[in-house]
Amino acid sequence: MAERSFKAEVEDLRLGAGRTFTGEGILALTKALLENGVGYVGGYQGAPISHLMDVLADAQDLMAELGVRFEANASEAAAAAMLAASVHYPIRGAVTFKGSVGVNVASDALANLASSGVTGGALVIVGEDYGEGSSIMQERSHAFAMKSQFWLLDPRPNLPSIVKAVGDGFDLSEATNSPVMLMVRIRSCHVTGTFECKDNRRPQLSVTEALSSPRRDFSRVVLPPMSYAHEQDKIRNRWPAAQKFIAERHLNEVFGPKGARVGIVLQGGMYNGVIRALQRLGLADLYGDTEIPLYVMNVTYPVVEKEFIAFCEGKDSLLVVEEGQPEFIEQGLAAVILRAGLGVRLHGKGLLPMAGEYTGQVMLDGVTAFLRSAAPGMLAGRVRAPNEDAPQIPDLSKVVPIRPPGFCTGCPERPIFAALKLVERELGRHQITADIGCHLFATLPPFEIGGSTMGYGLGPASNAAFDGGGERRPLSIIGDGGFWHNGLATSIGNMVFNRSDGVVVVVDNFYSAATGGQDVMSSRAENATKATKNPIARAVQGIGVNWVRQIDRTYDVGRMRDVLREALTTPEKGPKVIVASSECMLNRQRREKPLARQAIREGRRVEAPRFGVDEAICTGDHACIRLSGCPSLGLKRLDDPLRDDPVAHIDQSCVGCGNCGEVADAAILCPSFYRADVIHNPGPFERWRARLAARLTGWLMARRAARRLAFDGGRP
Amino acid sequence: MTLHEDLAPRAPDPALGGIIKLAVMAVGGQGGGVLAGWIESVGRAGGYAVQATSVAGVAQRTGATIYYIEMAPRPAPTTGRQPVFSLMPSAGDVDILVAAEMMEAGRAILRGFVTPDRTTLIASTHRALAVSEKTVPGDGIASSEEVRAAIGVAARRAILFDMDRLAIDHGSVISASLFGALAGSGALPFARPAFRAAVAAGGKGAEASLAAFEAAADMAEGGGDAPQAASDPVSSAAITGPARLLRDWLRLSDRIAALPEPVRAMAGAGLRKVVDFQDCAYGGLYLDRLERVLAADRPGAEWELTREAAKHIANAMAYDDVIRVADLKTRAARMVRIGGEMGAGEGRILALTEFFHPRADEIVGMLPARMGARWRADPARMAWLDRWFGKGRRIRSDRVLPFLILWLAGGLRGWRVHTLRHADETAHLEGWLSEVLAVAGDDPALAAEMIRCRRLIKGYSDTHARGLSKFDRVMEGARLLRGRADAADWTRRLREAALMDEEGKALEGALATVRSFL
Repeated sequence: MAERSFKAEVEDLRLGAGRTFTGEGILALTKALLENGVGYVGGYQGAPISHLMDVLADAQDLMAELGVRFEANASEAAAAAMLAASVHYPIRGAVTFKGSVGVNVASDALANLASSGVTGGALVIVGEDYGEGSSIMQERSHAFAMKSQFWLLDPRPNLPSIVKAVGDGFDLSEATNSPVMLMVRIRSCHVTGTFECKDNRRPQLSVTEALSSPRRDFSRVVLPPMSYAHEQDKIRNRWPAAQKFIAERHLNEVFGPKGARVGIVLQGGMYNGVIRALQRLGLADLYGDTEIPLYVMNVTYPVVEKEFIAFCEGKDSLLVVEEGQPEFIEQGLAAVILRAGLGVRLHGKGLLPMAGEYTGQVMLDGVTAFLRSAAPGMLAGRVRAPNEDAPQIPDLSKVVPIRPPGFCTGCPERPIFAALKLVERELGRHQITADIGCHLFATLPPFEIGGSTMGYGLGPASNAAFDGGGERRPLSIIGDGGFWHNGLATSIGNMVFNRSDGVVVVVDNFYSAATGGQDVMSSRAENATKATKNPIARAVQGIGVNWVRQIDRTYDVGRMRDVLREALTTPEKGPKVIVASSECMLNRQRREKPLARQAIREGRRVEAPRFGVDEAICTGDHACIRLSGCPSLGLKRLDDPLRDDPVAHIDQSCVGCGNCGEVADAAILCPSFYRADVIHNPGPFERWRARLAARLTGWLMARRAARRLAFDGGRP
Repeated sequence: MTLHEDLAPRAPDPALGGIIKLAVMAVGGQGGGVLAGWIESVGRAGGYAVQATSVAGVAQRTGATIYYIEMAPRPAPTTGRQPVFSLMPSAGDVDILVAAEMMEAGRAILRGFVTPDRTTLIASTHRALAVSEKTVPGDGIASSEEVRAAIGVAARRAILFDMDRLAIDHGSVISASLFGALAGSGALPFARPAFRAAVAAGGKGAEASLAAFEAAADMAEGGGDAPQAASDPVSSAAITGPARLLRDWLRLSDRIAALPEPVRAMAGAGLRKVVDFQDCAYGGLYLDRLERVLAADRPGAEWELTREAAKHIANAMAYDDVIRVADLKTRAARMVRIGGEMGAGEGRILALTEFFHPRADEIVGMLPARMGARWRADPARMAWLDRWFGKGRRIRSDRVLPFLILWLAGGLRGWRVHTLRHADETAHLEGWLSEVLAVAGDDPALAAEMIRCRRLIKGYSDTHARGLSKFDRVMEGARLLRGRADAADWTRRLREAALMDEEGKALEGALATVRSFL
């Protein structure tokens, strides 16, 4: 079950014509798919479109009513490959994944799809994970559209525009026999707003119906000589058709006055940022009425030359606002200007930075710099010659600590890396590669384990150069998500085939946890529509790994350490795989907390564990924190003039996972940790025994207290 | 509350009539999404067009996250016009900044989101420490005071109090108290009942949320809290006990009273610690040692050397042995404190598990000094001890028998002075002290720094060994530096370097510098 449930929100997906939808971007996208008669949907989760997958999963009942097939694909490659259904059948299909990494994984299928061409509309919704909040390398998906001749939509980031882009995208795809990519940025996925609904539409041909009358046509297969024909078709027919369709349907928009000497060309996704900069300069109002003409490219590939040339007419200078690098669009526009012999001066990268997100300040600075050089008369005096006496705000850059993401309170992965850190203390540092997933946080302090990440499911494969072995074994980490995405064949299979002597730790937390807790093949949960409970250990054995250890409670740091040590030192040759399994604490708490509360209310016996630290015994060396980093394990300054350093302290957010105690024990840290189990609704015997124990121990404590001096009322 | 009267609020841009820009900076897991949802619904209910965005992603996992909301009066539907809102906050362009933690308020200022011409800052003053602050072996906690000072300059108006504590006290989470503070601040043009309705619509948990919401709203209407003055750490609490012991204590107290005034408070705290650790006779020994230092000290620097000695001799004498740990774990006040913190009480019982992992070193440490030393010199015996005793033990201290074992161990104070551990600690202490005293005559400042080096020795087992080794290396550095005018300053730097990381890399660097100029 996913972290966030959209069960309540998906009811709004049933809204018909005349009603207003209010909600998030991803829900609007889903609604738009249904309104446009989509026949099948799929994808692979990952920010920022994880929630889109969750919405689709939660909307399965509604989709089934409409005859729409939903597939939670095994990877982006699987999702892209699914669009093959639109090659021969007039069925609209849409898949979603994150860019640019999802596009990387899917590129084989995407390229083949683009070569074959499509009959039914094929839409790839790419969540462009770029800028603040991104978790991947900073690249653009744009290049993929260019190399394979996908048409790329980048609509203005508001709900009506995004919804319209879905319909436009399907139409464009069908009109040009080309797949279309719809790009939505991080913030537009989660932006809230309203749009006017249309009725949902059943697909003209459902996938079930298509199975009854199969079609094939070898001219669509990517083999010579057809592949040469495909290339010519792309250039001679599909491309001009796309330009014609884009122009006729006015997919790109022009705003502002006709006569101005300057103008701004921008990606649709940049629209709100550009308007805000103009608003701050007094050149646009709240509703986007602008004094500077704007050419908004809701389709960023291909460029429609005629449209652009018309916009250039009568203008001396243009600013191109294109986020990311390199500046594909700007280069394309420059070529148009050159070929057409236009006299317009083109600005872009230079006034705006080549790399990095176009934040509010960057946009304001870029637009201001452009207008200062191209149309200084349009700027207010305040901007032309700033004369503000701004107070000097103290510099906090040395004070405020960085706060990268880390393991949650009670995370079952923490003890795995604590154990690994302990093993490295014994055996020395090892060559360790990481993978994609929550476990990647182990590369950060306090663990600093793993030095590279090459892609999802590629952790062990990225240690392949060391498969030959040496004095110490190479070790790699992979999560259950990565394992099923790509890891089983590409990483584990690679090790088996090449007779690797390395060690793999599969971090199995029962979910694709980092993307929001979606189920994977090895999840332990019952899932009404998916086949779960396929053990990783069996899969690994099945492809030829002989040394496999299954650990079912990662919090047992001592055992975790012993198994790791064994894997790194056993004389046995061949790949060694440790499957370390414990449920993601975030998901577990969400599941168990309400049940526990209910049980307490109903008078049933419930144990609630939590950890604590004896302040007087803790010496403030923080060794425990260096093996944990748990958010609930913090520090506390004592009211004691004899103590210089703050001591460890566990706050009420502790979920009692046990890592502290286990680490204190395994690393032989200190005896200041204790676990307190509050037992709600204890039985009569338990109650009697506790009373008796309290009386006896109380007597002993009182006896000793009476014979010594007590300071501060005996505060320990 | 801070108001910059000299900087008149910038008149809203007429072209942007009535637009309100609000950013929430939080730590992943604080419920920032819930808060943003409430703000959105109160805006919509109040006749505003509202847009909210966030950057959900892996940053949600305990990292710094940001939510951004803009709203403006909703245009009449007949106009067919929609406001164009920005999807992210800009420096110098935020009207209301809600920070769910003190350093996130600092981060907001750092990013330019808090400016004196327009920003109302609503921030919880509590701290959720970042990993980098916690892993330092010394004190790495970032200064909330510096952030507070910056708020004084950067915010047009600030509402600051511990909204986390307030939420917990009302059985809720911080999103509720932040929303309450926002309502109480009057920064949004909606009345409190409208805010209340947004929370109440939330369904489950709404009752507790509402309680926290109301309390925070009241608090914010009052302007938040003033910085609290630090409480006096050395309270003269009542001392109780058998008459004979109280007589002994009085004699010791008289000796404290005879010390110079600047030393007394620290010496009093130190004396209490060592007497609590052992007995009054041991307290007498503590004062003997302190008086030796005093004799070598000069009044010039406010008796700095003696004051520092009062702290560190006490810490050295009250070392952490099995007896002390067992003693501290079997006191009535501890049981009461834990019961209170964990919420035991009517109809609930408390089970307590202690985590011990004794090693051969600790076992021989409890043997008589000479016998212990012989055993320790014999690796076979030590290995045998480790095999038999050296494993993790979980002791249920709420049960009679395990408690009794702990209680008996805690009662071995009479035996303590005969143990190997005591002999070790005493020898180390005396060696250190005599070295300090030898320096005190010509360089009291250096002597004080050498006294302070005792802070490096802490922890148990490996951590303790690493601390000792750092202590030795810094003392070695101090020896090398002796005779130079900057010896004290460099010794301080060495010690601070030693506290920066676990492995002592910073210390190695500092020592290399010292060796380079000697």
